Amino acid sequence: MAAAIEIESLDKSFTLHLRGGTELKVLSGLSLAVERGECLALQGPSGTGKSTILRCIYGNYRPDRGHVRVRGGGDTVDVAFAEPREILALRRSTLGYVSQFLRVVPRVPAIDLVMERAQESGVEPDMARARAAAILERLHIPHALWSLPPATFSGGEQQRINVARGLVAEQPILLLDEPTASLDSDNRAAVVDLVREAKARGATVVGVFHDREVRDAVADRVLVLDKAEAA
Amino acid sequence: MTEPLLRVRGLDKSFGRVTACRAVSLDLWPGEVLGIVGESGSGKTTLLRCLAGELEPTAGSVEFRAAEGPFEDVHRMGEARRRYLMRTQWGIVHQNPRDGLRMRVSAGGNVGERLMAAGERHYGRIRAEAVSWLDRVELDPGRIDELPALFSGGMQQRLQIARILVSRPRIVYLDEPTGGLDVSIQARLLDLLRRLVRDLALAVVIVTHDLGVARLLTDRLMVMRRGEVVEEGLTDQVLDDPRHAYSQLLVSSVIGA
Repeated sequence: MAAAIEIESLDKSFTLHLRGGTELKVLSGLSLAVERGECLALQGPSGTGKSTILRCIYGNYRPDRGHVRVRGGGDTVDVAFAEPREILALRRSTLGYVSQFLRVVPRVPAIDLVMERAQESGVEPDMARARAAAILERLHIPHALWSLPPATFSGGEQQRINVARGLVAEQPILLLDEPTASLDSDNRAAVVDLVREAKARGATVVGVFHDREVRDAVADRVLVLDKAEAA
Repeated sequence: MTEPLLRVRGLDKSFGRVTACRAVSLDLWPGEVLGIVGESGSGKTTLLRCLAGELEPTAGSVEFRAAEGPFEDVHRMGEARRRYLMRTQWGIVHQNPRDGLRMRVSAGGNVGERLMAAGERHYGRIRAEAVSWLDRVELDPGRIDELPALFSGGMQQRLQIARILVSRPRIVYLDEPTGGLDVSIQARLLDLLRRLVRDLALAVVIVTHDLGVARLLTDRLMVMRRGEVVEEGLTDQVLDDPRHAYSQLLVSSVIGA
């Protein structure tokens, strides 16, 4: 069975030019493979590169060396060497990403923000709206909020809009960065159910789950990162 | 395999002994939104005007490809051809609406002008199109006969946009589209631009010093400093993982809201 994600000898450092050229090495020689349909949880203290790995897979951080091969529906794309256009196409077709922050155009209603993610991946507008409504319902976003922009929402509500945006397009690979960080137990359970359903339809998941219960509920395998890996 | 719409190679632009742009190369693809960021005086607007055919580069080439056609050098084609392309295939939304609008002509006349330039002569159709585009950019079609001077800054920006989009261009150049607008108007314009880009599959080059605008509107970013491109990449790569010292300075200088 072919791996959905294959990382080989990945180095990632940050050079802080405004801090006298200080170099922060975050990942050094990292290799890992995630099988199709598998859920890998990244675990380890702050600063060991958990989010950095997700961002390298998403094409958000540019590696110094190594390969990040992502296999969605079709061809394999090495994100470490792909052109911006290829990465954008890969994100639309293959990579769902739930980041820790919601960054959106002001004034746009929550449901539109969710449905546009499905539309970008090729879902027809009516279907996209139906799916957006379904997922907002599942995440217990009150109907009164659907037509409002999320700027005034609580932290937990904004996080759930973010989760909805990451999951609504039902891409084959999901990258989840603390998707339950500021959620209460009912909503944590809702996210767990959604991730399990994604797995049931064959999605590959790589995630950072701070909450142990959530991690135990969704992960097939845990990769523990420590400072040695990051040194 | 599709090809880019616009191909720029080794573009230099000097004004006397002052170099405004140096060795700029880029490809722009259909439906792509490219941002050019950098501080005032970094050559962003000069570059934009060279791309749009308004300024002739000192060296290098700007090639545009009309539908199904070959690449044509914007600055080496005949004047008539260039004027025709500038009125039909692309348009520039100026930072100062007075540079992009005809202030002595009504709002409707401003929108209709490019249609007439493209050969439309039927007054009723021109007016109907003007009404429809005023509506699409969220301007009251009831004000079609007013002069642009009676419109607010944000409305003038949207009128410029309608004026260009009416001819169904393939590229829109935007020079600081949200500069000088108050923030609530900015948000409205951003939302409008984002929807137009998506619905019309426009290619857009947008010059801005506002990194927040760049993040929300653009796919790809070029960072300019003193006339040179010091870094480029996917917008979120450049903003979240800036590599060049100057990009890091720009990103770290933003005041979060």
